[in-house]
Amino acid sequence: MNYLPGQTWSSQPAQHHHQFASASYNTDPSAHTSQPIVTGTSVIAIRFKDGVMMATDTLASYGSLARFMDIKRIEKVGENTILGASGDMSDWQYVQHTLDKLMLREQNENDGHILSPSQIYAYLARVMYNRRSKMDPIWNSFVLAGVDPKDGSPFLGYVDLLGTTYSASTIATGFGLHLAQPLLRKAVEGREDQIEEEEAKRILEECMKVLFYRDARSLNRFVIATVTKEGSKISEPYSVPTSWGFAEMLRGYGPQTQ
Amino acid sequence: MASQGTGYDLSASTYSPDGRIFQIEYAAKAVENAGTVIAIRTKEGVVIAVEKLVQSKLLVPGSNRRIFNIDRHIGAASAGLIADGRHLAERARDEAVNYRDTYRHPTPLKALADRVGLYVQAYTLYSSVRPFGISTILAGIDDVRGPQIFMVEPSGVFWGYNGCAIGKGKQLAKTEIEKLDLGSLTLSQAVEEAAKIIYKVHDEAKDKEFELEMSWIGPETDGKHQLVPDELRKEAARKAKEALDDEMED
Amino acid sequence: MLGLQPGSSTVVPTSAPVGHRFEPYDSNGGSIAAVCGKDFCIIASDTRQSTGYSIQTRYKPKVFRLNDKATLATNGFAADAEAMVSRIRQRLEWYRHSHGRSMPLHAIARMISTILYGKRFFPYYVYNILGGLDEEGKGAVYSFDPVGSYEREFCRAAGAAQSLIQPFLDNQIMFKNQHSTPEHTVPKPGEMSLPDVLKIVMDSFTSATERHIEVGDGLEMFVVRTPPSAQGEAIGAASVDLKAMGGVEAVGGEDEQEEGAVMVIRRELKKD
Repeated sequence: MNYLPGQTWSSQPAQHHHQFASASYNTDPSAHTSQPIVTGTSVIAIRFKDGVMMATDTLASYGSLARFMDIKRIEKVGENTILGASGDMSDWQYVQHTLDKLMLREQNENDGHILSPSQIYAYLARVMYNRRSKMDPIWNSFVLAGVDPKDGSPFLGYVDLLGTTYSASTIATGFGLHLAQPLLRKAVEGREDQIEEEEAKRILEECMKVLFYRDARSLNRFVIATVTKEGSKISEPYSVPTSWGFAEMLRGYGPQTQ
Repeated sequence: MASQGTGYDLSASTYSPDGRIFQIEYAAKAVENAGTVIAIRTKEGVVIAVEKLVQSKLLVPGSNRRIFNIDRHIGAASAGLIADGRHLAERARDEAVNYRDTYRHPTPLKALADRVGLYVQAYTLYSSVRPFGISTILAGIDDVRGPQIFMVEPSGVFWGYNGCAIGKGKQLAKTEIEKLDLGSLTLSQAVEEAAKIIYKVHDEAKDKEFELEMSWIGPETDGKHQLVPDELRKEAARKAKEALDDEMED
Repeated sequence: MLGLQPGSSTVVPTSAPVGHRFEPYDSNGGSIAAVCGKDFCIIASDTRQSTGYSIQTRYKPKVFRLNDKATLATNGFAADAEAMVSRIRQRLEWYRHSHGRSMPLHAIARMISTILYGKRFFPYYVYNILGGLDEEGKGAVYSFDPVGSYEREFCRAAGAAQSLIQPFLDNQIMFKNQHSTPEHTVPKPGEMSLPDVLKIVMDSFTSATERHIEVGDGLEMFVVRTPPSAQGEAIGAASVDLKAMGGVEAVGGEDEQEEGAVMVIRRELKKD
């Protein structure tokens, strides 16, 4: 089902006849089979002068059905870190819970220590790798972004269901890897320390628009999250203007009804 | 003590002929010898205050904390054997996490007290273990019943309180809490009152040094259990000493 | 009854495996190479990480300093490589705690082999090249397959561009297909100077970058040698001024680092 490199889930649930056949039909009892059911599409994120910025739309799809239109795919993890998820939404909620427990454990110690973005990332990466090694993966691609509260250094890292990790100044998952990543690299690479917050926002909005035009599982309703030394904030969902003038004469887009 | 030498006080699994379990009562003695711990509930929130008796001048000030975070919205403090207190706090944390795992929701305070109570009670059933030498105050805010206090005794029994006190100074402390108008007290006022009570019940003749340790939960902390900030705590301590001096002069 | 249709008495294969079986591996591209000389070893890799046709990042190190005398290059599935390197590093730390010295290179090589074979039936999909100095201070290269088969060599390339780099090294380092003439005797392998080997390594990777889509972005060359300070008068590899070539101290690993023992030289590679 891995149709595209880097896209680790399918756009629709598998249509096999025995999709929901009982597990006992599986010839290898230790092999967990898994597939994403309700999915979120791309996450895109970049570094900029004062920190990091990330965007996701608010859609969770059930195959080709736009099932949930107001889902949060970026969450705060503590005060200095945000996490964006694409892939299976129930696995995403499980991971949120897991990280919430991690943060709670740290807070209970009450020793003044706060987990930095790179520490949370290391933890998440181990969780992801361990589950893939059990052949029971957490079916997501995550982008973790933050600013270290101690030295103000930005962090932007990726981890997926295989436990694969990397850092870069631009990161995109899912369709965004193919549609947005080239645009992001062109706009950001080598200019990380010059881009102002406003420009960073414009870059992400432009990419979200492109994704909306071309990714059928996307929505023109998205949030942008920002982390700087001052902390993190996640915007309310909003849209950008789109133009469909090119399709004026096309049946199905323009005024024609037949 | 009349129970000693009868043989009925050697095990938590043996009743005396008149239906008592002496090991539990001995455990309560351990509590009575400990530094005072109080908690006060107001309309807005809860305050915990501890008279932390300092055994040695060599100890680092502020170390060996006696108030624990249990969950974001719950704190706990024990009077009695300190190690027992730490163990029970750890257990309470596990229970709070277990509740979250099961219901994806912060635990209501009563549900937590229930579980902690059951755990403590289990140590009154067997000859192979000793009951907890502590009473534990659980204080917090939940979205079901707002601010609450529960106190778990060595027997495992627990009650909800508007204000409660355990340890050496519990009698006097309870009398003082009863004098407060809990219905109209703000949380910051409660902090000052709690400090006054701890200073008042402290017996300078028997115990020389103590540290005032305080935590609170309420609007000021965004519903989170936190230690009262140093400045505020010191100010409350200053006022408490002042009030004590005034009283002495009268 | 596994594999049986309800009610049937003979074994009838049920339909193809239910759903989709999770594929736990990926291939993250890039290439690694190591060459040793008399008293030094160079361990190099590009810094690109990719999957399929997508570049994931332009900088993700694949070479890891283990200690002052050992450096490990990894290639294959990056997540496995990282997990494996952290296990190796932990074992090296334990060794140091119980023996009071760093594990010698030959022992590290055998240990890596054992660790790899330990996962024979769910392997680390990683090709390893271990480079450094042996207990006599001589340059050494050990290469491994993913399940622990290993040997000591003079040079080795692995990864996406192995088929491009290895023949080049065979010719330039091992002098394969070179023949002595009355005017010129073909030298013996393993006696080339550090600057000469560096040039060959750099050429290997610029060439691989030209011809292989998964290789590029950056080059990291780790140089392991007897630190200049350990010799009275710096001779051989120790006398080469790596700092002048842009070399910096390599960090990480389990021991206290001696200045100049392991240095890394970074170069840009084409990014297309």
